[in-house]
Amino acid sequence: MNAPVPIADARAAAREPHYNFAYLDERTKRMIRRAILKAVAIPGYQVPFGSREMPLPYGWGTGGIQVTAALIGPRDVLKVIDQGADDTVNAVNIRRFFQRTTGVAITERTDEATLIQTRHRIPETPLAAGQIIVYQVPVPEPLQRLEPREAEARRMHALGEYGLMHVKLYEDIARYGRISTAYDYPVMVHGRYLMSPSPIPKFDNPKMHMSPALQLFGAGREKRIYAVPPWTRVESLAFEDHPFQAEKRASRCSLCGSGESFLDEVIADDRGARLFLCSDTDYCRQRRGADA
Amino acid sequence: MYVAVKGGERAILNSYRLLDEARRGDPAVPELGVEQIREQLGLAVDRVMTEGSVYDPDLAALALKQARGDAVEAIFLLRAFRATLPRLGYCEALDTSSMRLARRISATFKDLPGGQVLGPTFDYTQRLLDFALAAQDDAPEPAAEAPATSEPVPGVVDLLNAEGLIEMHDPSAGDPEPPDLTRSPLGFPAPRAARLQNLARGDEGFLLAMGYSTQRGYSHSHPFAGEIRYGAVQVELVAEELGFPVCIGEIEVTECQMINQFAGSKSEAPKFTRGYGLAFGHSERKAMAMALVDRALRAGELGEAAASPAQMQEFVLSHSDCLEASGFVQHLKLPHYVDFQAELEMVRRMREGKPVEKSA
Repeated sequence: MNAPVPIADARAAAREPHYNFAYLDERTKRMIRRAILKAVAIPGYQVPFGSREMPLPYGWGTGGIQVTAALIGPRDVLKVIDQGADDTVNAVNIRRFFQRTTGVAITERTDEATLIQTRHRIPETPLAAGQIIVYQVPVPEPLQRLEPREAEARRMHALGEYGLMHVKLYEDIARYGRISTAYDYPVMVHGRYLMSPSPIPKFDNPKMHMSPALQLFGAGREKRIYAVPPWTRVESLAFEDHPFQAEKRASRCSLCGSGESFLDEVIADDRGARLFLCSDTDYCRQRRGADA
Repeated sequence: MYVAVKGGERAILNSYRLLDEARRGDPAVPELGVEQIREQLGLAVDRVMTEGSVYDPDLAALALKQARGDAVEAIFLLRAFRATLPRLGYCEALDTSSMRLARRISATFKDLPGGQVLGPTFDYTQRLLDFALAAQDDAPEPAAEAPATSEPVPGVVDLLNAEGLIEMHDPSAGDPEPPDLTRSPLGFPAPRAARLQNLARGDEGFLLAMGYSTQRGYSHSHPFAGEIRYGAVQVELVAEELGFPVCIGEIEVTECQMINQFAGSKSEAPKFTRGYGLAFGHSERKAMAMALVDRALRAGELGEAAASPAQMQEFVLSHSDCLEASGFVQHLKLPHYVDFQAELEMVRRMREGKPVEKSA
């Protein structure tokens, strides 16, 4: 395997002096913090906010970046992952952005980070009290594919009227014998609001329940922020006779041998041979110990 | 063992260098100056300023150079820069009737006070490639001096209003401050002030297609180009300590007043209604398309059924922004291994116990 590129690489990025700390001006940060406070006060509720154009494209993490930018301080230790990995191109790019605009310490270790920005995964290492995880969210509205009119979807949230989603799940069972949603699997937060957990695999859903960490969700293009405060109930939708199952494959990681983690499938040759690797690169490396 | 797309840092830094090279092109060809773009590709600059929501021809030209001529990418650069600028205040409403006109036409009256001023327009050129331009000895002959108008030229809608034939849009007493879409998110239903802001920074191609659809039976609104004017207007600002407006500069804008038929109702006599378009610089296609879509989006307040896409606020306003659209469409390039993996597992499980069809 190629040696991982050390992320403290000297070329990685010196602090850019032409922009404010964490890019956004302080008034914008205050506006975002207010939205975050409201979101924490109403778990699972989508708070509209004055999303700004960030220097990365919409759909590439601008919501998460704004939440992180509003929260990050000089003493924070930042970890950025995409698909569970610290070294995928988008994670590298976002980390470089914060290195250039804040100069804060960065880490790949989940347990060392105070702030974790993620796309599509929750780390395998359990999060601790005092940590904040920021999810990048493409479509914050869990009802959007069922009801594209936003005014109507907001009314359904206000009334707690989620029958449409239950019917969709029921139809899945009637048609396929199972609920066919594999990622971005809808959850109820604190028994009140239906929420998109962002496109994490449903394997990760149980990690959100009663987590000691603060979970924040930023959707830049759709201009919404929402939150799950620590120790909050997060229940994946299910039926009594069709309980939620976080499906786990039988394979093990080819590098660390873990049978517990979420695995990426890698096509190894052109004859269809496959192998499996932990999607969480930090978890995998910790398990392999110092030799990795 | 080989694992692709990891170790992205070095790849990213290399792609920066390749991008620099691609932007520069053949080094034997002289480099394009920002002022050349500003002066000679002015309409591209105008579009970037309009959708970038920043009036600064130099920055827009720089953005175009950096973006290798790609309008949406240049708009992106300008908007991201804009996001870092503090908001100092709000200017007074532009008085377009006192515009220094470079062009002014009406399709509804053959002649009218202020006259028809054709100005610089492609409209009556024959679209033949001019091979003389390729020879690069371009020194155009000066045009005949047009008599400068110093008097304000009244708008066509004001002339129609003298007879009460057209609706007016004077703000009512207690008219609420318009929302600012660059500071607060769009909510539905959106007031017209918010809709117009959205359309003003909306993608020209999208608005053109939406406007065009209204001409092809999807909410036909019998439009006439009442007036299109292009020229320089003064921007005035009330400084708090002064208490009266002062001119802080001049900008060029294109304004379109579209006049549309309205049948009236039981309580109201028939009248013409209006659609409005405004864009930075010389952007007629944009301003006209915007005016058509503005009129279509007023279906609700005029008691018309909103049955066509151009009349549906959420459909039009949520999809008009080129950066939102471009970003989200292209985010499909980002890795989706995890989601795909979860889906792959799901499909495999769903196939278990089903008869297997194999392709030959």
